[in-house]
Amino acid sequence: MSKDNTSSKQEPSNTDEFIKGIWRDNPVFVQVLGMCPVLAVSNTAENALAMGLATAFVLLMSNILVSLLRNFIPKQVRIASYILIIATFVTVTDYAIQAISVELYKSLGAFISLIVVNCLILSRAEAFASKNTVGKSMLDALGMGLGFTFALFCLGAVRELLGNGSIFQFAIFPANFQNWIVMILPAGGFFTLAAWLLIINLIQTRKIKS
Amino acid sequence: MNTESLGTIFLNAVLVNNFVLAYFLGICPFLGVSGKIETASKMGSAVTFVMLISSMCAYGIHAFLVAIDAPYLQLISYIVVIASTVQLVEMFIKKMSPALFRSLGIFLPLITTNCAILGVALFQTNKGYGFLESVIYALGAGVGFTLALLLISGLREKLNFAEVPNVSKGTALTLFLAGILSLCFMGFAGLGA
Repeated sequence: MSKDNTSSKQEPSNTDEFIKGIWRDNPVFVQVLGMCPVLAVSNTAENALAMGLATAFVLLMSNILVSLLRNFIPKQVRIASYILIIATFVTVTDYAIQAISVELYKSLGAFISLIVVNCLILSRAEAFASKNTVGKSMLDALGMGLGFTFALFCLGAVRELLGNGSIFQFAIFPANFQNWIVMILPAGGFFTLAAWLLIINLIQTRKIKS
Repeated sequence: MNTESLGTIFLNAVLVNNFVLAYFLGICPFLGVSGKIETASKMGSAVTFVMLISSMCAYGIHAFLVAIDAPYLQLISYIVVIASTVQLVEMFIKKMSPALFRSLGIFLPLITTNCAILGVALFQTNKGYGFLESVIYALGAGVGFTLALLLISGLREKLNFAEVPNVSKGTALTLFLAGILSLCFMGFAGLGA
């Protein structure tokens, strides 16, 4: 949708490449990419943040490598090569998280490995990194990664707050607060994301009207 | 190993731990191709087929990787197998039914990045399933995926005739529907235990 805006402008500046991923082209709220981890691990703010950062790291590294190799990879096998590059970095991340915190590794589970099939990363490699210089691809990846982390955090914070009465395990609500268990369950993920999309849509339509 | 019976594994994968509604795997095609019942059912069968093949291959690969003591290659080799299976299915469908090929469009190659398929391969390895159990598990996951896709596309076809506020059109509405479906599927919890 909003991708057309970028192409209609001539030569977007470097800051623009960075900023667009955070708000205007936010991967989760606007482009609706990479939904699976967004819904699955956003049950607490901590998990959401860790998952977001892991994805951002893989995105950054794969964008850099794809951009460096963009003149060497033959067109016919490009998707396969991108996936191999992504899978390599995901394996690195997987082992790194396991080394840093076993607890975190357990709560994220198979979803770290599943970063491989996050459509966001492949789509950035195909749509941006394969056509742009290393510097720009890095900025693009950083912006998109931060935007993704931000969106995940928005979801995770709301779900943890309502479902557990806390944020980052610090109790926010008084002890007699009745937890909304449904927010931690799968259904809560769908509802929270739908609510966020509604809010964003509302803001966008207001903007267009004024 | 585990003591689950084959029937339990199947039922678990279809209803209790439905891949779409409980594990959030394969959400992209779930939101993308669920507009029409017809496309949804074909997409479902294509995904089920790829799941079955890749699950069998994943079983073999896992045994091989354990034998040569190189577990870090697991992810890379799984994804290569899935990508080539999808390529195979794509060529097959293109040859047999060009109309279907056109209606599935971009979502056919995107089966490669369908997390549900990689998810099946990874979960069966984690759970230590044997060959037969893996196949049943993959079949159940595929049927569950198709079921969820059919349900949501039926609901969306009906909703085309309903009047909804402009802001909630599109993805937001589909997500609300998915949430309600997910609540319904929670009723199955404890069925396979």
